[in-house]
Amino acid sequence: MSAFVILLKLMFLDDSKLKFLEQKANDIRKSIVEMLVEARSGHTAGPLGMADVFTALYFHLLKHDPKKPEWDERDRVILSNGHICPVLYATLAHAGYFPVEELKTLRKYGSRLQGHPHREFLPLMETSSGPLGEGLSQTAGMCLADRLDSGATSSRYFYCLMSDGEWQEGSTWEAAMFSAKQGFHNLIAIIDRNNIQIDGYTENVMPLEPFHQKLEAFGWHVIEIDGHSFEEITEAVGQAKAVFGRPTAIIANTIPGKGVPAFEHKFEWHGKTPSEEEGKEALKALRTLGGKIKHED
Amino acid sequence: MKINPDQKLNTKLWEVSIEMVPTRTGFGEGLLQAGEENKNVVALTADLKDSTKNDAFAKKFPDRFVELGVAEQNMAGVASGMAAMGKIPFMSSYAVFSPGRNWEHIRTTICYNNVNVKIAGHHTGLSVGPDGGSHQALEDIALMRVLPNMTVVAPCDAVEALKATLALANASGPAYLRLAREKTPVMTTDDSPFEIGKANLLLGADKPQVGIVACGPIIYQALRAAKRLADEHIDVAVLNMHTIKPIDKKALVELAKRTGALVTVEEHQQPGGLGSAVAECLAEELPTPIEFAAVNNRFGQSGEPMELIEHYGLGVDTIMEKVKMVLARKNRSINKYERINGNV
Repeated sequence: MSAFVILLKLMFLDDSKLKFLEQKANDIRKSIVEMLVEARSGHTAGPLGMADVFTALYFHLLKHDPKKPEWDERDRVILSNGHICPVLYATLAHAGYFPVEELKTLRKYGSRLQGHPHREFLPLMETSSGPLGEGLSQTAGMCLADRLDSGATSSRYFYCLMSDGEWQEGSTWEAAMFSAKQGFHNLIAIIDRNNIQIDGYTENVMPLEPFHQKLEAFGWHVIEIDGHSFEEITEAVGQAKAVFGRPTAIIANTIPGKGVPAFEHKFEWHGKTPSEEEGKEALKALRTLGGKIKHED
Repeated sequence: MKINPDQKLNTKLWEVSIEMVPTRTGFGEGLLQAGEENKNVVALTADLKDSTKNDAFAKKFPDRFVELGVAEQNMAGVASGMAAMGKIPFMSSYAVFSPGRNWEHIRTTICYNNVNVKIAGHHTGLSVGPDGGSHQALEDIALMRVLPNMTVVAPCDAVEALKATLALANASGPAYLRLAREKTPVMTTDDSPFEIGKANLLLGADKPQVGIVACGPIIYQALRAAKRLADEHIDVAVLNMHTIKPIDKKALVELAKRTGALVTVEEHQQPGGLGSAVAECLAEELPTPIEFAAVNNRFGQSGEPMELIEHYGLGVDTIMEKVKMVLARKNRSINKYERINGNV
């Protein structure tokens, strides 16, 4: 089999793979709710909203090996909006990087799972984050170093996972200009367009629209997708890899709090956690896929 | 007053014809040399290639030179990302912008990640001169010294700046290198010792009455003050504390023991700079009277470098005055001690 055929096979989503991904995303969401209830502080809406994107990356799209986190040829995932780290931690655990049990230590004294990612505690992450507007610069720096080492046809991909709110930071646009100037073909920014931030809806707090056009005007290839569709996520990443000499921004339209109807679309859930009671209800909603299927408790 | 022979200082130290070279020139030469020695060394600048002396490196290694435009925050993040992939980035700008403007980016992406990025802060101190107060970085030591994992080095002349650049290229972890714009006397030579974290005793009298601890090109004013004080029969030692963090505790305590009175000299605000570092160390180790020659809670302004150095209290006369003040304090406390112990 040629490498191309293998790639096609890998990228192909059949029904059983789709079901597998849906199940994984659901497991990850359950873990997110459980760890947040246990931690009693943290962010709920963003992690739930990005569970599908993280699942697609770690269980379908990335070149990585949980047994060899330092494998030099791995694709890099740089989480820029560190506050959604519960979804990163839960995905890494479910992918086999560390025991799922450890998720319960989130935000606790001595835990590797710091409230916002700190690489010193969990070196298998690519960076530390929390303060917004810094991930894209680091991703660009990694792409530049990669180009020096591997040349312009490098097959390592650098995924920067970002929030929409952090495009209000000037430094993010500095990084956007720089990435376009450098024409990184292997930089893929996936932006969680969930329209909420701490103080309200993005368009009320500080409008980003016309977001798509702004990114294009900065020299990026821009793809807009439903961030809950595994087909669209896969298709967009495939397209990004085919683009020559330009970085790609995938605007993933997501529903904050996705999977738990009581949390969905509400900016109030940006930075608070479910109580024990709310957590139970949330887990029930996830088990029954929002009441669509029956499930014995 | 006695020049320490181990220091192999410039034989023309006291002559009017002493060579004058900016520390940034030494940095530029060091950067080029580091680039030749190690292909992982890369240089970044934010629209200040020539004045930060990145030009020679950029010419020789165009692929390893990164121009970021007027965007210092992005520069810090890009440097961090490159370091994460094994590069040794030297990022240059004026210190007011980097590490001033981009301080939190340095904190999070460089120090919190503990990656191997070297920050060259140019145009520090009053000697920036005519550009005025907006461009005279007088707060950078404080900003960098407070960050965990950060090493802080302020070379005294171009020769030391070259050595410091090479030493930092070979040392692992975040570091800040403080550089200046103006031509200043070349006090040291190729043979002078330099090691990060190891202070150099430039003048060490047999029985010094006061020790001066200084960093950066302003050390030359301290040396001149010591020479003139010798004429007045006041013996002064001068310690070049080129590494402010980690501070050379051993050398500092030894000097404090020998002299019992210190003056710190720096082209920096008094809070948070070298003087603070010295005072913090000695408060724990060996409480000693200290006078601070530093900029006192003011911004700089336009003027010729030497005019400003006089105006802000860093000239030879002021340093001499501070030495006499601290000497008087020492003597008073000795007298008090002797009175208490019935020796007088």
